[in-house]
Amino acid sequence: MATVRVQTEDFDVGAEFAALTAGRHDIGGLGCFVGTVRDEGNRLSALTLEQYPGMTERALARVAAEAERRFSLLGCTVIHRHGRLEPGANIVLVIAASGHRQPALDATHFLIDWLKTSAPFWKKEEYADGTAAWVDARKADDEAAARWQRAG
Amino acid sequence: MDPHGDLTVLYFAWLRERTGAAEETVTPPASVVTVADLIAWLRERGPRHAAAFADAKVIRCAVNQEFAAPETELHAGDEVAFFPPVTGG
Repeated sequence: MATVRVQTEDFDVGAEFAALTAGRHDIGGLGCFVGTVRDEGNRLSALTLEQYPGMTERALARVAAEAERRFSLLGCTVIHRHGRLEPGANIVLVIAASGHRQPALDATHFLIDWLKTSAPFWKKEEYADGTAAWVDARKADDEAAARWQRAG
Repeated sequence: MDPHGDLTVLYFAWLRERTGAAEETVTPPASVVTVADLIAWLRERGPRHAAAFADAKVIRCAVNQEFAAPETELHAGDEVAFFPPVTGG
């Protein structure tokens, strides 16, 4: 059974690992992704994440269940924050638990890619000079693509 | 759609800022059948709505909290949300 939360408060990665694995001896691998607020060149003062209450929880619960089924997971945790977050703050946590490493890593990848493209969240950047702008999806897509180029 | 049916319309991100409303209840005419019809009708509500819906290609929609398409049909009582492409994660 997946743990899914949408919240303003921070999360503790260690505590979430402990909660997911407590009393379990069948888990052989845990995949984890943490997304954080990135500042490039001291220009960002904060990021505000807006969400669609209700739809967000439903969508996250559905995709977490899909990941559990598709990758035969032994459990997974998806936590996404909203509200105003400063550089360095945690935004999102994905943990996938499996008997073996490959499904744990694949499920983590699947979940974070899905969150990027299908979870109803919108980011607004506040800059040090007092201006603000919504992050557009094209920029976000480009960032995702760039990450893969660096990884490759 | 029912000629006298209400819809709850929600706006997120810059659509909320441009329309000046997070939520409104509207009663479109019977000629409004689909999401695309609703956008065309909302656009006529005033300059702020016209500005918000100026470029329909960059607007996404959910009906009753499920992603919807321009041709998705609407029914009285539906919750219809308009927003830009999502940027979470």
